Amino acid sequence: MIPRVIALGRHGCDLLEALGRSGLFLAQSALGWPSREGLYLWLRQMHFVGVLSLAIVLVSGLFIGMVLALQGYTILIDFGAEQALGQMVALSLLRELAPVVAALLFAGRAGSALTAEIGLMKATEQLTSMEMIGVDPLRRVVAPRLWAGFVSLPLLTVGFSVVGIYGGFLVGVEWLGLFEGSYWSNMQASVDFIADVGNGMLKSLVFALVVTWIAVFQGYDLIPTSEGISRATTRTVVYSSLAVLGLDFVLTAVMFGGLS
Amino acid sequence: MKRSKTMELGVGLFMLAGILGLVFLGLRVSGLSLSVPADTFTLQANFANIGGLKPRARVTMAGVNVGRVSAIELDTDWYDARVTLELDGALEGQLSRDTTAAILTAGLLGEQYVGLSPGGDPETLGDGDTLTDTQSALVLEELIQQFVSNMVRD
Repeated sequence: MIPRVIALGRHGCDLLEALGRSGLFLAQSALGWPSREGLYLWLRQMHFVGVLSLAIVLVSGLFIGMVLALQGYTILIDFGAEQALGQMVALSLLRELAPVVAALLFAGRAGSALTAEIGLMKATEQLTSMEMIGVDPLRRVVAPRLWAGFVSLPLLTVGFSVVGIYGGFLVGVEWLGLFEGSYWSNMQASVDFIADVGNGMLKSLVFALVVTWIAVFQGYDLIPTSEGISRATTRTVVYSSLAVLGLDFVLTAVMFGGLS
Repeated sequence: MKRSKTMELGVGLFMLAGILGLVFLGLRVSGLSLSVPADTFTLQANFANIGGLKPRARVTMAGVNVGRVSAIELDTDWYDARVTLELDGALEGQLSRDTTAAILTAGLLGEQYVGLSPGGDPETLGDGDTLTDTQSALVLEELIQQFVSNMVRD
């Protein structure tokens, strides 16, 4: 009995310690005025994390918008309400699908790569060498990646929504023959910029923070062996997906559930 | 630090596309307009029953958008709904005193909106005036009740 309680206590302490370590890590690396060199580093990471993720995010957005329109049309036509298609596609994309799916794709495409890259730097003792020559690896390696993640995921989410709404337009209007005017006007009548677009962006900012934080911290904190790197990469994807889906429920309840 | 021009261009285009996307979401999807909010004036109207009317609903005249519903509250003097309409400033002093307001439904299942019909009185409505001639929303349950009680009577 007693050994079990001790084991539980050890787990609790480990968990709290990891939380504290990761919080300190986030504060130390994300805060602070960037140097000119830091801006260049950030730009490079923006290219890797943002621009190169654009293709997968936009293609997924297009297909999700098309599927939403197709499914929505077949259901709405039973009620004679196919005019509400634009409203349905736009609201489900802006409020839920774009922030969540873009964050999940981002965790798989960019988050895992960040973990593996930083992990390999740690395993080959590049981070230690940097400290030896007086360069702070938190500012040189971690901070540009964190900031690139914070900035690019909201941008990717915007792209996802725009392409998804266009995909819904392609299927609903061009293919299924819905009247073009009712697609856009019902959308405009029901979408509110602050309540829908703004809250979706807020969600996306929170997800960006959480996903990049998890990815970078897992890379920095792993056991520097090849097995450790593979485990940390898996953990990044699993933890960030779970955190995104869980946080999404909480944020939705607060933003749209009338719980305020 | 090696930086290629194409990479910088890529990041620049990426950020520009994000900002343009946000503008698209604002203008095309949520229907914001760039023009400064034009001057408006308010009218009050009391309805016996507003059905499913919500703030921000459209106000139309002959099918043309002329404003929106800015507030709905319970009038405790008469226990009916007091609806505040925010109308285009160009109409101030143009609507006759006996203009009627009705709560209409767009399509069978669509949203509810307020429709104004012009009257013939030479006197006109100004800011803060009240529309007296109103027509409540069509509530389906009441219609069915009426229909059923008529059937029973026959």
